[in-house]
Amino acid sequence: MTTAEKTEEIRNPIEEFMRMDRIPHIWCSGCGIGTVVTSFVEAVKKSNIDLDKLAIVSGIGCTGRVAGYIKLDSFHTTHGRAIPFATGLKLANPELKVVVFSGDGDISGIGGNHLIHAARRNIDMVVVCVNNFNYAMTGGQVAATTPQGANVSTAPYGNFEYSFNLPYLTEAAGATYIARWTSLHMRRVTKSILEAFQKKGFSFIEVIAPCVTLYARRNRLGQGLDLLKYYYDKSDIQHDADTRDLDIGFQEKIVVGKFVDKEKQTFLERMNEHLSDKLGDKYQYYGKETK
Amino acid sequence: MDGDYAIAEGALAAGCRFFGGYPITPSTETAERFSERIPEVGGVFIQMEDELAAMASLIGAVWGGKKAMSVTSGPGFSLMMENLGLAAMMETPLVLANVQRGGPSTGLPTLTGQQDMMQARWGSHGDYEIIALSPDSPQECFDLTIEAFNLSETYRVPTLIMTDECVGHMHEKVVIPPAEEIELVERKWYNGPKEKYMPYAPDSDGIPFMVKAGDGYRFHTTGLTHDERGYPVINAEQQDICVRHMVEKINNNAEKIIRMDEEGTDDPDVVVLSYGITARIAVKAVQGARKKGIKVKNIRLITIWPFPEKRIKELAHKAKAFVVPEINYGQIVLEVERCVSGMAKVIGVPHCGGGVHNPDHILNVIKEAAK
Repeated sequence: MTTAEKTEEIRNPIEEFMRMDRIPHIWCSGCGIGTVVTSFVEAVKKSNIDLDKLAIVSGIGCTGRVAGYIKLDSFHTTHGRAIPFATGLKLANPELKVVVFSGDGDISGIGGNHLIHAARRNIDMVVVCVNNFNYAMTGGQVAATTPQGANVSTAPYGNFEYSFNLPYLTEAAGATYIARWTSLHMRRVTKSILEAFQKKGFSFIEVIAPCVTLYARRNRLGQGLDLLKYYYDKSDIQHDADTRDLDIGFQEKIVVGKFVDKEKQTFLERMNEHLSDKLGDKYQYYGKETK
Repeated sequence: MDGDYAIAEGALAAGCRFFGGYPITPSTETAERFSERIPEVGGVFIQMEDELAAMASLIGAVWGGKKAMSVTSGPGFSLMMENLGLAAMMETPLVLANVQRGGPSTGLPTLTGQQDMMQARWGSHGDYEIIALSPDSPQECFDLTIEAFNLSETYRVPTLIMTDECVGHMHEKVVIPPAEEIELVERKWYNGPKEKYMPYAPDSDGIPFMVKAGDGYRFHTTGLTHDERGYPVINAEQQDICVRHMVEKINNNAEKIIRMDEEGTDDPDVVVLSYGITARIAVKAVQGARKKGIKVKNIRLITIWPFPEKRIKELAHKAKAFVVPEINYGQIVLEVERCVSGMAKVIGVPHCGGGVHNPDHILNVIKEAAK
């Protein structure tokens, strides 16, 4: 077998969607982010989205590096500000489908205010939030999502703070599509992203993923496979579950599923309808969102 | 109309079609005006949840293809510094007006100041250069907002309008010329082969071309130190290239960018140098000094950053002294001192904000300086 044939043989099926000139990536062995990226690319492949009209925005952190690896119009922005950046991008060019791909610290910690306001406005975007329960890029510090009792580097005696239940938060804020999976549920993640692509409005998909190097090691939870085993044993699919009941305790049950899927006018639809009503012919209808 | 309204009108005339705002006194009227006018022009006004988001939304909007602006004052300006740095790093053209009030912190929300002049230059972390303009009237708020958009597009750099509460709330006649008489610089769009596009490859004039998302370039951009492709490169060599480029594209074009009003003898005893509202007060002091037989050159800076270093050095050879009134404890005066470099006396006339100088006070300093 020649080298060329060999290379052909081991070609990754998602390569054409990746910036291969940036591989190897920075993620640790056993990390769950790459799996979520694969699920995302599978969704992109299955959708009929024009790739030229699909843009991806990340913030800062391990998951914040996703935008750099995916071969779309991609933006690696400031810590926490991926959602407002994406808001500007979407509103300036409504024909874009905009995806925010970032971590729990970025989206719900430093960017928490932007998360709830983008959901409230029902900006048409898909937010994929990879939740690894800690600030991993900086060495495993406590996050808004760290389960109580978990040991992290800035809660060395265990975390005593209450943590965010992100589906509950985003539902209260107005998101029209909300799902939670773990990185083990690859096909389910793909399906949710696909459904979110087909919706107009603010979609939020939380994906629990292992941080082997920091969170798992510090808590003596084993390797990546051990965490996947935990997801396998302890995740419980409950579609339409009441989001109030979705807290995640340390190594306890993780309720997953699709919790919210409803229709509501987007920011731009509201803006166009309302201002047309008020201003009549004087109003310059703005933009057109593509489905 | 007042200066705040004139900024909104200037932005619309310049083709700005996205405004991401957050209300703050004494700048809010610009956002109000824009939100009232934009529905009939075709564009978006959005009041974001804070100034961090407002600034981030502008950068997104520009990469989405629009001209974009925001307006703020002291506390909001501080919050915007985070993403102003990202705009500088991503070489994103946009315009931000700061209708200055007295600080620090909440300070004097309704009263004037010129205390953010140094923050305007390097308020975000790291090395970069920026363009900042200072209007002294509502008419100039209109004119300089258009110029700010033109400069920002020319150099792919965020551009600031550093006005203040007095000018922002001052009502004067503003002449808005017919659209066809307004010169606009449009974005430097790339139109070469798609696969060859690199967002940070300098053109022959040093300024890279731009594209917008949605046109099939599949480009990447980042706040990390990057190469011409926009890919992160984390080492000292690339940092040198990246920072040098951002700094030199402004500094090497400083003479083209800089504008000032100069009036009076070319053989002065004293140079009075001021900007914004203070320049309108200084005129009276200059007139008084001339009546006393003092040879005065009066300079009003229109461009603050980049600083008119060359011209000040020339004058430093001729004048005995520079007098620099400003509504802060001494900011631009430090830059004048640096340029004069001991060749003449440099005397600041500080005012901590909340009002403007008494012209007699400036006159007394001129008289002292002329001795």
